[in-house]
Amino acid sequence: MSEPMVQVHDVTKVYERGKQKIEVLHGLTLDIPKGDFVALMGPSGSGKTTLLNLIGGLDKPTSGEITVGGRRIDQLGSGQLANWRAHNVGFVFQFYNLMPVLTAEGNVELPLLLTKLSGAQRRKNVAVALEVVGLADRAKHKPRELSGGQEQRVAIARALVSDPQLLVCDEPTGDLDRKTADEILGLLQVLNREHGKTIVIVTHDPKAAEFARRTLHLEKGQLLEQAA
Amino acid sequence: MTRTGFVVANLFRKRTRTILTLLSVIMAFLLFGLLQSVNTVFSSGADFVGATRLFVQARVSFTTPLPLSMVPKLEAVPGVVRVAYQQWFGGVWQTNTPLIMFALDPQRYHDVYPEWKMPEAQWQAFEQTRTGLIVGRQLANQYGWKLGHKIPISSNIWPQKNGSKAWEFDLVGIFDGKDEDWQKRTNLAFIQQDYFEEANQFGLKGRTNFFILKLAPGANAEAVSKTVDAMFENSPDETKTQTEKDFNISFVKQIGDIGLIVRWILFAVFFTLLLVVGNTMAQSVRERIPELAVLKTLGFSDGAVSGFVLAEAFALVLAGGLIGLALASLAGAMVEKGTGGQFLLKLDASVWLLGVLAIVLMSLAVGLLPALRARRLEIVDALAGR
Repeated sequence: MSEPMVQVHDVTKVYERGKQKIEVLHGLTLDIPKGDFVALMGPSGSGKTTLLNLIGGLDKPTSGEITVGGRRIDQLGSGQLANWRAHNVGFVFQFYNLMPVLTAEGNVELPLLLTKLSGAQRRKNVAVALEVVGLADRAKHKPRELSGGQEQRVAIARALVSDPQLLVCDEPTGDLDRKTADEILGLLQVLNREHGKTIVIVTHDPKAAEFARRTLHLEKGQLLEQAA
Repeated sequence: MTRTGFVVANLFRKRTRTILTLLSVIMAFLLFGLLQSVNTVFSSGADFVGATRLFVQARVSFTTPLPLSMVPKLEAVPGVVRVAYQQWFGGVWQTNTPLIMFALDPQRYHDVYPEWKMPEAQWQAFEQTRTGLIVGRQLANQYGWKLGHKIPISSNIWPQKNGSKAWEFDLVGIFDGKDEDWQKRTNLAFIQQDYFEEANQFGLKGRTNFFILKLAPGANAEAVSKTVDAMFENSPDETKTQTEKDFNISFVKQIGDIGLIVRWILFAVFFTLLLVVGNTMAQSVRERIPELAVLKTLGFSDGAVSGFVLAEAFALVLAGGLIGLALASLAGAMVEKGTGGQFLLKLDASVWLLGVLAIVLMSLAVGLLPALRARRLEIVDALAGR
């Protein structure tokens, strides 16, 4: 687990809201090795989601360097970053963010439309991803016909289907009951341990953090400690 | 699933809204197709091919009467075998039902229009009865008129010498058409020119609205037309000679500048459509800002996401436009059949081409702003609901 997957070096992020400038991250430095499962915790406004967005290439730092899988993503243009995200990172959101007009398999297939795979190959990959999350029998169901836990599994399958090495999850269990949340976290744990995915989750829930290999605490835009 | 499938699925996310919007696009393009083909008919040039009759009217307007003294001159033109003439009567049945009614010379008209079928005895009765009236089968059936009835008809133009606009005629004949097409035109009524001249208060004598020239078989209609117009050039009664079809069209053109009217109606229709579809697209994008942000998160570029939105607008307008134009073709064919080929409301290639151009322009007009909004979307802000 020594080879770095994510390297964040001296990163600062400043948001401008009208005339006001808000510095959310202050010279933050962090390394996440390949195959790690990291939980980011901290109070609201501490910069957890901002850090996650930067690692996932959804946003760019105001200053500093971010390297993921050996590539400096802070230097990529908007189009290059979109292309990089499509092939290198999977996202899981608190509210699943599935497309309501598509079935479970349609949702999972969506990222594969950006690849050159044939229709048959795409369907095969989708079937595998749904199998991994235990929802093969729900492939034809639309999101409104699924429970919250099932929706989140579909979202995880969507994040996995392109076989990215990095999964970033923003409060993936924030909208679920304890039992379902544990099932989802257990699934993430399997993906980390058995499939070697590097996972970074943001959570407020200490129990959720227990599923991670380590927990990092942020406060006021700075990393407080690194607990094994 | 394909990108096209995704676009179609998004289009029907609010089924009722999409169907209603689609209906408005269909209606707009149905109108576009019909009006544009009307415009094509009215702006088309003279077509003398296959003409067996020509209409001669005053160059200024057919409402300006021409002298009947022109008849022998017209009959002397090579290619002309017989000349008839008609004077608009402006007949009104009961309170305000207008009739297509003319005063004419019975024998001449009978010679020029063999397509009307009526027993010879009735033609003779028409010729011999000064107050005689003959009507088409449709008209007789519609108002229950029978031979021997006295038919009171008023004229909105011509009062009698006693000042009354109420005239009374003796129904002496009912004519049919020679075939189905002509049967559809039996909504006409004719009275005697002699009686009309004698009884009208304004003393309009020896003049008529237009002449009808019956051509010899194989006669060159265009050459006859040019000869006639040249003959009366620089005279007090300059003429305009055209085919029956063009005359009918110019009759409708009296209403006004048809092309301008059509353009204004279409402008109003498309402007309304722009607002309706534009609002639908804008609302549709507004409702799914987070979804568009997720697409970007998954790796779809700004261009791809705005492309999805534009494709939706295009698909909506294309589907509605093509259905509307197809319906207009169908309606045009029905109108053509219903009028016995007198009104050729055909959607030709130029109308279809204009329709497709309108589809493309309309798609861009309604899709461009929502597409730009989708393009400019910042993922982080959109996901956070800002």
